[in-house]
Amino acid sequence: MSDHISTRFDAEMEAIRSGVLSMGGLVEKQMARAVEALQQDEDATLVDAVGADEREINRLQVDIDQQCAQIIARRQPAAVDLRLILTVTKIVNDLERIGDEIKKIAYKASSIRGSDRLTRLRLFDAVRMASGAQQMLRMALDAFARLDVNAAAEVITEDSDIDLAFNAIMRQLISFMMEDPRTISAALEVVFIAKSIERIGDHAKNISESVVQAVKGKDVRHATAAQIRAEVAGE
Amino acid sequence: MDERMHATSRPTTIRKADAGAEAVGQPERASPALKAESRDLSFFYGRFQALKGVSMPVYEHQVTALIGPSGCGKSTFLRCFNRMHDLYAGNRYEGSIVLQPDDTNLLDRDVDPIEVRMRVSMVFQKPNPFPKSIYENVAYGLRVRGVKRKNALDEKVEESLRGAALWDEVKDRLNEVGSNLSGGQQQRLCIARALATDPEIMLFDEPTSALDPIATASIEELVTQLKQKVTILIVTHNMQQAARVSDFTAYMYLGELVEFDKTDTIFFKPRRKETEDYITGRFG
Repeated sequence: MSDHISTRFDAEMEAIRSGVLSMGGLVEKQMARAVEALQQDEDATLVDAVGADEREINRLQVDIDQQCAQIIARRQPAAVDLRLILTVTKIVNDLERIGDEIKKIAYKASSIRGSDRLTRLRLFDAVRMASGAQQMLRMALDAFARLDVNAAAEVITEDSDIDLAFNAIMRQLISFMMEDPRTISAALEVVFIAKSIERIGDHAKNISESVVQAVKGKDVRHATAAQIRAEVAGE
Repeated sequence: MDERMHATSRPTTIRKADAGAEAVGQPERASPALKAESRDLSFFYGRFQALKGVSMPVYEHQVTALIGPSGCGKSTFLRCFNRMHDLYAGNRYEGSIVLQPDDTNLLDRDVDPIEVRMRVSMVFQKPNPFPKSIYENVAYGLRVRGVKRKNALDEKVEESLRGAALWDEVKDRLNEVGSNLSGGQQQRLCIARALATDPEIMLFDEPTSALDPIATASIEELVTQLKQKVTILIVTHNMQQAARVSDFTAYMYLGELVEFDKTDTIFFKPRRKETEDYITGRFG
């Protein structure tokens, strides 16, 4: 795409775009920490690091939102610029929510230490689910960087796998809890962790839907997977 | 993350115009009725071809904006609708502009340009009231038409001044010269004058570029109200104005119509890259 006549406008647009990518990179780092927290023994430095970067993620959200508001006020953006700014405001919101969910996962993972073997087994399922959500987040951010609607459509349709995994974990844990009420406390923690991972998948899907809107100008938030595929294929 | 920072590929998709929906799965709205249509319209200033086969609908009771860089032909196109070009020798039209519901070709040699200008009136960039009183400015067109009775003239003058949102400001000084008014008021006087002959289409050629922001806003508000009575074509250099006041927008470049669509579509997701480059301020 060619440059604006106003180089300052170009600089402002590039600043919010790279702001999103920085924020996305930080959230991905947090996600990796969350997966690690689920897999290993309690690590206080890991939890502290998550807390510190969570504050940075929140700061970036506020900062980028302010930059978007200033561009709208000063430049009255239209067409692709307007769509990109709307997309950025939505994506930073989703990234901030992912950050919150990751914090919950990291904090809860530490409270499950020392539970029974069966609960720890379910944690393995949660780790697998988290890796799936991590992959979705990576693909969604790549789709934004390249404004690639095909990659975005793939993420949108993968969200159903995360939902299925969540339902499977829920069913197993419910059986657990029914068999032995002493496992309820720890099992509920795993349920909350799985729910947070499922929410991360949803937010990654939201990011991808925003990418489709930026490129195509179409709002696919309430469209079916088939409609989205058709839209992306240009039918 | 470095890869993402340098990612530059951006897929472009060109597809046929979507008449209504921005959200996938939403029902489309019906198109409004057609008031006029240019059909393969070309125009020559002597040997120079200023318009090249422009075919475009003008929908009834809608505001259609014409945008494009200087020299693109938008004012030339506008002035075909009221045969302004007839005033100068050496100009030539090809193609047609068909007015509904009677299917009249406005450019036909057999059609009287004066009659055309009764049905299609114009407001210019610089307010140009006649050197007459406010009353006479509005009544002039009616007198040319043969209206003589004072009651009829009074009634029509008041109706037109009300239609131009000027009556309350001038009702006690109708005999003052029009040039005593402020710039914004003068422009509204010109609108009242244009309204007096009950036109079907009103042409606005950059009507606010000589006005301050407040006067501009009041003219834009007026345009939005007037479309309930007339069909409006407006040429503007101000893209934000086109986005604010119009229902449909046509982007022209070098005498050609590049894209025509609903304003919402043009300013959110135009089909043509050239259109998007122009409205976002990207020039190659």
